[in-house]
Amino acid sequence: MGAAPTRIGQQDPELVERTGFSPEQINNLHKRFLQLSGNKDTISRENLNDIPALAYNPIKSQIIEAFFDKRNQHDSEVGSLEEITFQQFLMVMSHFRPPTLEMTAEEKEAMRKEKLRFLFNMHDTDGDGKITLEEYRKVVEELLSSGSIEQESAKEITDAAMLEVASTNVPHMGPEDFYEGITFEHFEQILKGLEMESRMHIRFLDTATVHCGKS
Amino acid sequence: KPARAWSAVRSLSASSISSSAAEVNLLLLVFMAVIGSASPDAATGANETLRRPSGHSLDDSHHPRNSSEHRKAFPVLAFNYEHVSKPFVISLWILLALLMKLGFHLIPRVSHIVPESCLLIFVGLLVGGIIKAMDQTPPVLDTKLFFLYLLPPIILDAGYFLPIRPFTENMGTILVFAVVGTLWNAFFIGGMMFAVCQIEAAQVGHVDLLSCLLFGSIISAVDPVAVLAVFEEIHINELLHILVFGESLLNDAVTVVLYHLFEEFAHEGTVTVGDALLGVVSFFVVSVGGVMVGFIYGVLGAFTSRFTSHSRVIEPLFVFLYSYMAYLSAEVFHLSGIMSLIACGVIMRPYVEANISHKSYTTIKYFLKMWSSVSETLIFIFLGVSTVEGPHNWNWIFVIFTLILCLLSRVLGVVGLTFIINKFRIIKLTKKDQFIVAYGGLRGAIAFSLGFLLTDTEKKDMFLTAIITVIFFTVFVQGMTIRPLVELLAVKKKKESKASINEEIHTQFLDHLLTGIEDICGHYGHHHWKDKLNRFNRKYVKKWLIAGDRSSEPQLISFYNKMEMKEAMMLVESGSAAKLPSLASAASLQNAQQRAPPKQRAIPSISKTREQEIRKILRANLQKTRQRLRSYSRHDLFSDPFEDSMSEIRFRKQRVQMERRMSHYLTVPANRQETPSARKVWFEPEHKVYTYDESESPRDGAALETLPDTVSLLSESPQRPGQSSRLRKRGDTEPSANAPDSQEEPQKLSRCFSDPGPKEEEEEGEG
Repeated sequence: MGAAPTRIGQQDPELVERTGFSPEQINNLHKRFLQLSGNKDTISRENLNDIPALAYNPIKSQIIEAFFDKRNQHDSEVGSLEEITFQQFLMVMSHFRPPTLEMTAEEKEAMRKEKLRFLFNMHDTDGDGKITLEEYRKVVEELLSSGSIEQESAKEITDAAMLEVASTNVPHMGPEDFYEGITFEHFEQILKGLEMESRMHIRFLDTATVHCGKS
Repeated sequence: KPARAWSAVRSLSASSISSSAAEVNLLLLVFMAVIGSASPDAATGANETLRRPSGHSLDDSHHPRNSSEHRKAFPVLAFNYEHVSKPFVISLWILLALLMKLGFHLIPRVSHIVPESCLLIFVGLLVGGIIKAMDQTPPVLDTKLFFLYLLPPIILDAGYFLPIRPFTENMGTILVFAVVGTLWNAFFIGGMMFAVCQIEAAQVGHVDLLSCLLFGSIISAVDPVAVLAVFEEIHINELLHILVFGESLLNDAVTVVLYHLFEEFAHEGTVTVGDALLGVVSFFVVSVGGVMVGFIYGVLGAFTSRFTSHSRVIEPLFVFLYSYMAYLSAEVFHLSGIMSLIACGVIMRPYVEANISHKSYTTIKYFLKMWSSVSETLIFIFLGVSTVEGPHNWNWIFVIFTLILCLLSRVLGVVGLTFIINKFRIIKLTKKDQFIVAYGGLRGAIAFSLGFLLTDTEKKDMFLTAIITVIFFTVFVQGMTIRPLVELLAVKKKKESKASINEEIHTQFLDHLLTGIEDICGHYGHHHWKDKLNRFNRKYVKKWLIAGDRSSEPQLISFYNKMEMKEAMMLVESGSAAKLPSLASAASLQNAQQRAPPKQRAIPSISKTREQEIRKILRANLQKTRQRLRSYSRHDLFSDPFEDSMSEIRFRKQRVQMERRMSHYLTVPANRQETPSARKVWFEPEHKVYTYDESESPRDGAALETLPDTVSLLSESPQRPGQSSRLRKRGDTEPSANAPDSQEEPQKLSRCFSDPGPKEEEEEGEG
């Protein structure tokens, strides 16, 4: 660990503003960022790939991709970056903040939309705004950590899932219509029951902690 | 005379259902009271105190008398009641209690306002009153009966179907409420009551501190039976339900320890520090020990279920017996039986459900519900009867203060604890949540039974009176008002959603995502450990406890299979289906069985009209699903040309898979091929239709020819080879959809088959 500035939270109030983290949380995340990047200013895909705990994760590549996806930076660009700075790292992490007690219903709704958008971007790999059957199938295959046997089950499951989305959102399709893919609105609709704002969050450490090596 | 009787009967029948139900109920009440009073005290387990006098004299007539002066005639009809009196009375009580329950639901208005538990207690009161008015002794809720026979089914039912995810997510909160909350309640109530007892006017100065503490520990515990009875009817959201309910289950350990501790020392009169420390140790032993016992029996049960594939009928019995043994074994060592039972059910369930047949699963579910329903009914009725029985020692100050202190301590406890808990929770508890948690702290029969166990008769009566008062207050007042309050406060209700494959996919996706983000952040949180446990479970535990190749089946696939099965069953049930499977087998057998010739035996013959009916229904159902599928999948699913020629092989493989799954789930032995294939055909339309669509792709006209049977099968005219050949021809040569056809609906369907849409495919088909 080099002599990196650890009080970055205080130095950059704009970060607090934009991401919603508290200064202590930003400090902790900055420490981790430096750990991952080897004390450099940017992180590349290899840095994230090297985290040993991620090795067992079936959707590891999607998660890593999400960090480098421009759409998650709340700009309106598309495409992917090669390396990300701490600010961009923080932006991605801010999607996982929990809702606070003081939030109004509209704020909670906005938070839920934001989290769902993150998930949507993870599935929609080509960026055309729709999750096609192929993309969805890939998701299911990853989840099943498929050997060749499971590929057929993945197909079945994906087809059933798409059918569900189609029938819920567009109940009166005629025999000639063609359901191209899941749009964001349909995605929201189908996951309405999951209450994303209460489920998609992790605990960010407030107090100063010591990380022992790359855990 | 007969005419008048007849008109009387007619007028009776002409009255509305509700009023006649009320009359019936009243009659049943009186009947039950008469029988209950006239028959022996079966509930106390004591020997019959009231013998029917006629029994004696008729005994003699049973003994054959060889030598006597005049030979008695052989008794054609004899009366011997005491022979069966005990089971007779028990059965009668249960039967009449259930008839009462039935009656309530026929009176719609009442059952909507008043929760069932209140009604049952009320009935108990009435019955007790009637029995007492006849100067008989009514049966009392015996402690042994309660703890050994009536309580376990309710707890097992709750534990087996405990929603694991919300329970583990809120475990910390639940534990804090259960342990710290109950301790706070016990000491606060006990201490304050002691202070109250010092008041001169109460004339209860003889009650010492330890007795007060004992009383406090009895009355402080939230009761799972009462909570279940009330909360089940109001359908609040999952979080609140699991908080209150989980607390009521887990506080058993605290109650057990406190009760035994204070009871031991109430005799001695003093408590030393050493004893208090031992009490703390005892708490850990009781709770952890109880869980361990349950865990062991749970693993045993899961392991046993692995081998039951050849004797499916006794599968449910294993579940019940292992759980009951867990409860009893824990009670032997004075460990917490409730926690043991819960642990056993929770551990056993995922593995047992993977191993047992679908019918066994249904059996388990319904037996548990049935037993717990009976138990609950009996408990509340007996509570009412015991109240009337007494003995009571009503002391105004004691009772009123107990009530007030109970409410006060509950509110203070919940508010105070939530303040602390919210610092650690991510999703904080709002004021509304706190109110419901506090208001839902109902006391019930466990408190009564524990009070009944007390040995010191002088204070026992007074304590019992106070306990009963508190129970009545919480069940009646709080139980009745909680529903309108929930409406008033607009508390979130439970969302009734059916299982959705999308939600399941995303739940799992989220789990992995959050674990990954936690790993990137670098700290070991909740998700990390859950993920580790899951991996351990999948790698080692499942291989030991689940039979066959299902041990390596990913969770998503099992979920999907279950869903498919459920939908298929619903489809079968909804479509006048009792005869359909076997008849559909007739339909399918002739066509789809080229690949399995032996199946052509034993085709039941059906009439033509029946066939028409069936076909119409099949068509209607298929049409609906086909339309939906057509709408989205046509182009995408054709994307892989390789698949078209592979589809036949895949079709075969799928059928084999399906049969395996069928035989597994539905306990149809694998060698009986007829019915599984029938069901399979029926199920196929829902999910597999599109696979046929692929094979029908005009892009590959050859594929159509090789699958004439499947085509004709789907067009639901399996008995008509002419039709199928016509279809085949159309597929080859006439891709246009406008050919007139006598049958409208198959035409639409066949149009779907052969009409590709975009022009280029049409040409391909022709060429």
